[in-house]
Amino acid sequence: MDSDLSPQDKKDLDKFIKFFALKTVQVIVQARLGEKICTRSSSSPTGSDWFNLAIKDIPEVTHEAKKALAGQLPGIGRSMCVEISLKTSEGDSMELETWCLEMNEKCDKDIKVSYTVYNRLSLLLKSLLAITRVTPAYKLSRKQGHDYVILYRIYFGEVQLTGLGEGFQTVRVGIVGTPVGTITLSCAYRTNLAFMSSRQFERTAPIMGIIIDHFVDRPFANMGHMHPCNYRTAAEDEGVTYPGVEDSQEVCTTSFSTSPPSQLYSSRLSYHPTALGSADLCYQPAYNATHQMVITGKEGGVPQAPVQPSHGIPADQARMPTCTPSGMTCHIPATPSSSGEEAETLSRSSEAKNNSPPDILETTFTRKVGAFVNKPANQVTTACLDLPFAAFAPKNFDFEENDLMVNPPDSPVVESPLQGSLHSDDSTGSSGPLQDDFVMLDFKPAFSKDDLLPIDLGTFYREFQNPPQLSSLSIDVSAQSMAEDLDTLPVKLALYEQKIDEFDAFVETLQ
Amino acid sequence: MNCRSEVLEVSVESRQVDEAMLALLHTILLHRSTGKFHYKKEGTYSIGTVGSQDIDCDYIDFAFVRVSSEELDRAMRKSVGEFKDALCNSGSDGVGQISLEFYQKKKSRWPFSDECIPWEVWSIKVNVVSLANEQERQICREKVGEKLGEKVINIVEVINRHEYLPKMPTQSEVDNVFDTSLKDVQPYLYKITYQITDSLGTSVSTTMRRLIKDTLAL
Repeated sequence: MDSDLSPQDKKDLDKFIKFFALKTVQVIVQARLGEKICTRSSSSPTGSDWFNLAIKDIPEVTHEAKKALAGQLPGIGRSMCVEISLKTSEGDSMELETWCLEMNEKCDKDIKVSYTVYNRLSLLLKSLLAITRVTPAYKLSRKQGHDYVILYRIYFGEVQLTGLGEGFQTVRVGIVGTPVGTITLSCAYRTNLAFMSSRQFERTAPIMGIIIDHFVDRPFANMGHMHPCNYRTAAEDEGVTYPGVEDSQEVCTTSFSTSPPSQLYSSRLSYHPTALGSADLCYQPAYNATHQMVITGKEGGVPQAPVQPSHGIPADQARMPTCTPSGMTCHIPATPSSSGEEAETLSRSSEAKNNSPPDILETTFTRKVGAFVNKPANQVTTACLDLPFAAFAPKNFDFEENDLMVNPPDSPVVESPLQGSLHSDDSTGSSGPLQDDFVMLDFKPAFSKDDLLPIDLGTFYREFQNPPQLSSLSIDVSAQSMAEDLDTLPVKLALYEQKIDEFDAFVETLQ
Repeated sequence: MNCRSEVLEVSVESRQVDEAMLALLHTILLHRSTGKFHYKKEGTYSIGTVGSQDIDCDYIDFAFVRVSSEELDRAMRKSVGEFKDALCNSGSDGVGQISLEFYQKKKSRWPFSDECIPWEVWSIKVNVVSLANEQERQICREKVGEKLGEKVINIVEVINRHEYLPKMPTQSEVDNVFDTSLKDVQPYLYKITYQITDSLGTSVSTTMRRLIKDTLAL
């Protein structure tokens, strides 16, 4: 396969693939920093912008990518993957997407390396810029902050998609045929963002649909290799310095030739000689990973359609790619957003374990601490409640049973245990059978002051929360009135018949 | 060589027309723009660098990437603005189509003007909907965002088929392939046209009038 490729083309191709892989990682990670990216167009080539695209290089990201590659290149059977995951402030994490750069065996022998492959790789990077803003993780990354952060992990080898959950979707960014194989870039992203938390306490389900934060603690391989997608400035760095973007004197060429193929060698003479770094290509033959990326979920699947080369291939050009180090940029981490927003976004289902029948009044009370994590009720004290006006919450009470913020006192209709009341001893109505189980509350409603008005707002609230039962609703009273009505009914009917003319006249006045 | 034609359809609210059109047109132009060419001796040329910029939509739950070029953005906004005005003022049911056509010029002898040969046409059909309340608008905001995401994926899929692209031109012919009027980037020669469909379904084509004018112009 490689015998048809000239040594120069082979060298160029390897270099293109290497820098394409590095730039791919940069685009993906920068798209998950949580902020808008803006780079300037430049009419004059600088020699440092590979693929004629202004993509800044974050040294830490380049360092991680090179570490993952370990001198190898993405090739047949060797895929480079960038995994993006979300980690909450409580320590729960979830894989969001996996970007895969791989190569299959379909070769395009006729394609021109130094021009066509280069330009198509440039096009593929532009497509990557567009697609990284379309997957669901982009919106999540824009909202990262105190509640959660977005992490990335680069690995080389077999693609791992099992962490994306069921029903993950796949989008293909694009493919580029080369004489040694076809480069494929794709993304598999999670669609199911709701999980059950392993910290959920074993209590009864809340009567109301209080959202429970969902994450599952999973054994997480390579957790130590996760990196946050928020680039710190050099001043904030913990003293770790990374080498410049390129540790070799490699500049990308920006010169092309419009000469026909017969003038190839004369065109080469116009370029600067390459000064390749020592830490360049080093193939390690021992490798067991498969390159078969497509592990279809319920809706996954990447079509492996063959690609034919384009027809409008211009005259062949020579290229001696070299690249100079480019400057660093500082990205300010995104401002934090409200925790409620993420909870809305991610906690889409509020499934709860029902370990007991639903008609038990005792409610389980869940408070949100951070975006996605429950704390068991017995660990929640009033001191750490993040309720609004938590200071007004009662302090000495049985938490689950008497929390008026969750279950305000109902009217004391006795019959059904579902309608048991939570009111205090001040209630004047008949109380449910459960009233004796409750402790009197010192209810302090918001904005009330005890010293101004003769009547306390809380007292007012309690009284009108528990009005006396209407007499007409009382069974005994209604039963008696029914019997009386039946007895007097014939007399009333006779009276009405006598006065029927009056009634008719009255009705006519209404019309 | 036949011109490649792609059609995209979106249904949007009237206030979303601008952003939806800009998102799709800029996504296409991102892929159909290169850096500025600088020709040197010995038949070589160098290519400038294309920068990119994230744009957040105000009326749609969507973000897109465009080429960092204020001139190109102004040109797009002008065309999209004209399209939107025509759409809103036509008295039609709010159905229209805006087309981004990439073409090459072919020199002709006098007295004939240069021939414009399209090689790729992107048509975006727009259906303007009216919504009754804020809740529907909020839903529409998200739905249109998802739809635009699908359209971006469609665009990328078509472009990465690597079908016909004009040959890289010599210095004397660069203006026949690329729009060299911009300072910082160099898109392929393009033109934007639109047509509004009135309520009877016949096309009130301002485009045709323009094309006829162009053809007759000597």
